[in-house]
Amino acid sequence: MPRPGFVLDVDRSTPPLLFWHGEGFRLEKLPPERTRVIYPPEPLDPMKDPQAAIRRALLNPLGDSKPLPELLFPDMKLTIAFDDVSLPLPPMRRPDVRQRVIEAVLDMAAEAGVDDVHLIAALALHRRMTEAELRHAVGDRVYDAFAPSGRLYNLDAEDTDAMAYLGTTESGEEVEINRRAAESDLLVYVNINLVAMDGGWKSTATGLASYRSLRHHHNVHTLQQSRSLMDHHRSELHSSNWRMGKVITDAGVKIFQIETTLNTDTFPSPFEFLMKREWEWTARDRALFIGSSKSLARTPSRITRQIFQSIKAPHQMTSVQAGEVGPVHEETIRNVHRQQLVEVDGQTDILAMGLPYICPYNVNSIMNPILVMCLGLGYFFNLYRNKPLVREGGVLIMSHPTPWEFHPVHHPSYIDFFEQVLSETTDPLRIEAEFEKGFAEDEWYRHLYRTSYAYHGVHPFYMWYWGAHALQHVGRVIIVGGEPRSVRRLGFMPASTMNDALEMASDVVGRTPTITHLHVPPLLLADVK
Amino acid sequence: MKLPQIPRLSLVSRLPFPFTAARTPIAVDPLPDKRRTGANYDTEWARSFGARMARLGLLEGVLTPAMEVLAVPDRRGLDRLRDLADADPPQPVIFAANHHSHVDTPLLLSSIPEPWRHKTFVAAAADYFFTSRVRSAASALVLNAIPIERTRVSRRPADDAAALIEDGWSLVIFPEGGRSPDGWGQPFRGGAAYLSLRCHVPVVPVHIEGTGRILRKGKNRPSRSATRLTFGEALWPGEGDDSRRLAVRIERAVAALADEVGTDWYSARLRAHRTETPPLSGPDAPSWRRAWALGDRGPKRRRPQERRWPDLG
Repeated sequence: MPRPGFVLDVDRSTPPLLFWHGEGFRLEKLPPERTRVIYPPEPLDPMKDPQAAIRRALLNPLGDSKPLPELLFPDMKLTIAFDDVSLPLPPMRRPDVRQRVIEAVLDMAAEAGVDDVHLIAALALHRRMTEAELRHAVGDRVYDAFAPSGRLYNLDAEDTDAMAYLGTTESGEEVEINRRAAESDLLVYVNINLVAMDGGWKSTATGLASYRSLRHHHNVHTLQQSRSLMDHHRSELHSSNWRMGKVITDAGVKIFQIETTLNTDTFPSPFEFLMKREWEWTARDRALFIGSSKSLARTPSRITRQIFQSIKAPHQMTSVQAGEVGPVHEETIRNVHRQQLVEVDGQTDILAMGLPYICPYNVNSIMNPILVMCLGLGYFFNLYRNKPLVREGGVLIMSHPTPWEFHPVHHPSYIDFFEQVLSETTDPLRIEAEFEKGFAEDEWYRHLYRTSYAYHGVHPFYMWYWGAHALQHVGRVIIVGGEPRSVRRLGFMPASTMNDALEMASDVVGRTPTITHLHVPPLLLADVK
Repeated sequence: MKLPQIPRLSLVSRLPFPFTAARTPIAVDPLPDKRRTGANYDTEWARSFGARMARLGLLEGVLTPAMEVLAVPDRRGLDRLRDLADADPPQPVIFAANHHSHVDTPLLLSSIPEPWRHKTFVAAAADYFFTSRVRSAASALVLNAIPIERTRVSRRPADDAAALIEDGWSLVIFPEGGRSPDGWGQPFRGGAAYLSLRCHVPVVPVHIEGTGRILRKGKNRPSRSATRLTFGEALWPGEGDDSRRLAVRIERAVAALADEVGTDWYSARLRAHRTETPPLSGPDAPSWRRAWALGDRGPKRRRPQERRWPDLG
């Protein structure tokens, strides 16, 4: 029976605590009596027979939807859209859950004699997936059956002919999604819900949408009003996507949503100790920690990056549900909460967290300083319900080397954003008003997005907006062990050690602040009372 | 004067009792066959610790590298075995493959993943692999083979195989009963299906393509050629299954894998649901046309490209 997450009050007997530090780790001793650590729940037991569970879900849909075989007929136009390389994290070992679901859907389509099938990687303005990444996601069988004939491809949100305008929400938000998906007799969306923010109408209204549509919710106002992104009742991003979902439904797009949840079995052997509580590390775990952290510290960053990026998570499926978007997503969220929710009493003065080597936007790539900001302030800060873990005006301490490094193929516009925009201002509202349009409509970035493997020109702006709520909420951000130049460019303060960081925080929160260490990954969702 | 030569054997056979063994009278039941070869060869020693270690060394040190060079295998569908592989305790399975060549067995043994890789035995023809003491010992040691009689029904090999499966061993079997004489498949026999039903273990269909080009039946010297192994979804015996019905399911599954190799997975699924999967036995036509049709088979090769961009990380 997996143990639930819990909150540990640090005392003098508490061992030093593990902090992720990019492609490495740190052990930090935090002040006793006023520090607490939030540990994630242990991975839930997976479904016994995932294939049978998927089939059962397709045959017994939720909401008003008919079973999938009843929606399939020989001369129909079927489109299957699926989540891109940003999910799950780290990428899961084969077979990926998308492959399992897509094969089950296609098997039913084959039984119904459906010939006209397209598969689309719903990546919105993310970079295109490479052949190896597509093969990993959908499996070799599906790839070999559809990609050579051009029926499996990445979404191109800048191909104006391939996008269809469906209407405007009552709040004036334009909805434009992929034409093939919109004009199909059935759109099947295959999702992985790693965190509560994923899935629901966000799958179609964001994953298959263009800049014209995305700018209505990927903006500073919406993201500052999403408190948090992981709480669908209080997320403006969620509300906007739901309004767009209504437009999509009213336009006659027929969607069969399939959502899956995974357990938090995140690291394979020999890195399992990263999921354990420090006092439960065996002699082998301790030896592995010492060996790996010492050797990683002496290894060139290029090689450590390769080692970590090759990690395939042993994630396993904990639920699968299919049918109408709303009821499916409710059930999905229930399952995400079953795995990730941890009750926490009250807020804290300082929130400390170690940032790992990966976020949704640097799979097989480099975690550049903008992504460090997005992971810390955008994702980890938002891992809460009700109230943020840190009080308003509190301090956020993150641990990451934050090197001034960018992947020139994946993140070309990030480089210019970092050099040209952040050197002018770090204020999200000013950035949005003065710089966004130029980057979003830049022909060179468009060209790289469409033909290379580059994130769209506007993407670094969205990363910055993702942290806008945290920037507005906290009084200071300190990065421990970060490269001073790049940390200062982000508008944060660099600190060499955790003690230095606590000392620097005392200006803002006093000499005896309360501290909370968010012990992630594996992921959790703090339910702050 | 030169005496006419008398063949030695015929001289011996003409010797009377007691110089030769007496015939058993027709009215008397013969004593059990005590021959130490053929179907009676006792292979238990081949599962001892020492023999297993020696086999591990041979498999990893000799057979697998040799197969990598000789057969350049492209292994597909191993992901379909993931759930079975994760079972605790490990689930024994029966790997049932089509059979073109002597290369099939070492190629399959070198392709089977953990947890079965080092706990697998092979059903081998008693009249071929167990004809002499040396050949029997070599088959038992290298392949962990147990003798199966092809020409008559016998209880002992089935009992031995079932006992091993119940003991957690997995079986490699070629249900066609022998290598293909012309490159096309032969009807599947019921051995794999019978054992699956008896021990209630799943059958993993495997399609092997290309080994006929390396060492087809009738050829003595191997030549290097690319091969493809495709592992299918495990087939569990259903409630209404008997040996014949399950054998048909296994044959269909292998045929569908062959179709998948020749076309693509979705086309193969479309045809399978329309019951239009081309049979393994090939067209019902004269031999030259069957040989001609062989040219249409085989994979449309397209190797995955792991890295299409220069590494700038």
